[in-house]
Amino acid sequence: MTGRAPVSAAPAVRVEHLAVVRGRTRAVDDVSFELDAGTLVGLLGPSGCGKTTLMRSLVGTQVVSSGTVTLLGEPAGSPRLRDRVGYVTQVPSVYGDLTVRENLSYFATILGASSEAVERVLADVDLCDHAASMVGRLSGGERARVSLATALLGSPSLLVLDEPTVGLDPLLRRSLWSLFHRLAAAGTTLLVSSHVMDEAERCERLLLMRHGRILADTSPAGLLSSTASEDFESAFVALIEGDVLGKRGVPAAGEERP
Amino acid sequence: MIWRRMRATAGRVLRQLRHDPRTVALLVAVPAVLMGLLAWILRGRSHDFDTFGPQLLGIFPLIVMFLVTSVATLRERTGGTLERLLTMPMRKADFVLGYAIAFGLAAIVQALVVSGLCFGPYGMTVRGEAWLVVVVAVLDALLGTALGLSVSALATTEFQAVQFMPAFILPQLLLSGIIVPRPELPTVLHWVSYLLPMSYAVDATQQLSTHAAVTTQFLMDVIVVGGFLVAALALGATTLRRRTP
Repeated sequence: MTGRAPVSAAPAVRVEHLAVVRGRTRAVDDVSFELDAGTLVGLLGPSGCGKTTLMRSLVGTQVVSSGTVTLLGEPAGSPRLRDRVGYVTQVPSVYGDLTVRENLSYFATILGASSEAVERVLADVDLCDHAASMVGRLSGGERARVSLATALLGSPSLLVLDEPTVGLDPLLRRSLWSLFHRLAAAGTTLLVSSHVMDEAERCERLLLMRHGRILADTSPAGLLSSTASEDFESAFVALIEGDVLGKRGVPAAGEERP
Repeated sequence: MIWRRMRATAGRVLRQLRHDPRTVALLVAVPAVLMGLLAWILRGRSHDFDTFGPQLLGIFPLIVMFLVTSVATLRERTGGTLERLLTMPMRKADFVLGYAIAFGLAAIVQALVVSGLCFGPYGMTVRGEAWLVVVVAVLDALLGTALGLSVSALATTEFQAVQFMPAFILPQLLLSGIIVPRPELPTVLHWVSYLLPMSYAVDATQQLSTHAAVTTQFLMDVIVVGGFLVAALALGATTLRRRTP
């Protein structure tokens, strides 16, 4: 790497040889990739494959073992990223004993966002009718949307969303994905995780993860054609089987994991 | 506007309290009823309530605030809201001081109601200034808040957090001079009692009970309690981790 690339050409996310050891498992195992600004990227893989740990490493809440993560030209966790990166955890992290609007107003103040931003994100996640409801009395899907709305408040350049559509009905899921596409079209980079393979088709690019490693970095069409599959579920299975067979041929270190 | 986030946090904690009126009622009613019970127990024994009343007036709010804060902060830690706040442009001091302000205001209301009852219907008298008793009670409640903030870092469940009350507070109570005057404690325990904040909190109220004028020792006690308060808040701030394993 010589000199700095111009800002516009620099990737929004650059992960180099990232490894995270949690307890006795390598939750993230030598992962490298780059995300271009303004793209909508899906991070797919079965539960427990390391998606959440990888996302936590990006937003700087995870203690990493080795490797580097650079977001928007800054190292992950840098104070300068705190109002530029939005993160939504799998379990909605909002206050159950406040109303929807009270939650959003509080986080808006912390982010330095305006009160118009509160109304904007309420509309974005279709919660205007519930603004005065206590979050603790909302359904799981509604609570997840409050948590998502919180991340949209500061109009971040990068959004890291951990399973934002799990447990939502198909209509709502469709409307959220179209929101994600709108955000990406406006220049926001989104990394969206899911363990539902069917969500792959909604992404521009896919990172498929298993056992802490990236199995494939491809497009939805590329995934289907390279595995000669009709749907994403069987494409992923084919990919895993190919991976396992490939590994058997050439025994590598640290292969079989419990 | 530097403290905007701290004020927003204090406002948010107070709003949470407002949505939970039963907790607010308990915050005020529990020490009020306990002090009434104490006054009743000691009725007819000349001046005993005047001796024990002011001491416990400082200790009950400390215990209540310790419990409330440690559970509230633990909920922030386990519920992911603390982690979310720390990925935002939020300083640790904003968080800790926001809590201290919110619970400090609650403590002022609590101390005013409870001491109003003590000095009024319960018939408690002190030689010193009554309002200083209220000041010490608020200071003690704040100390409880600060200790609760830092101790909640050691707990991973609410069951554990609740048990830190007997673990951290009761030994201080036993050594604070309420049961046995501190100079009469076994030597080692007497030394230990110098290291515990509650010893100074209790001594401050004893000074007010027995001296009409403000004594140097009272001022020293208040300064030491204030020092413990600042130290516990700072310790509480260091337990907030932006990165976790």
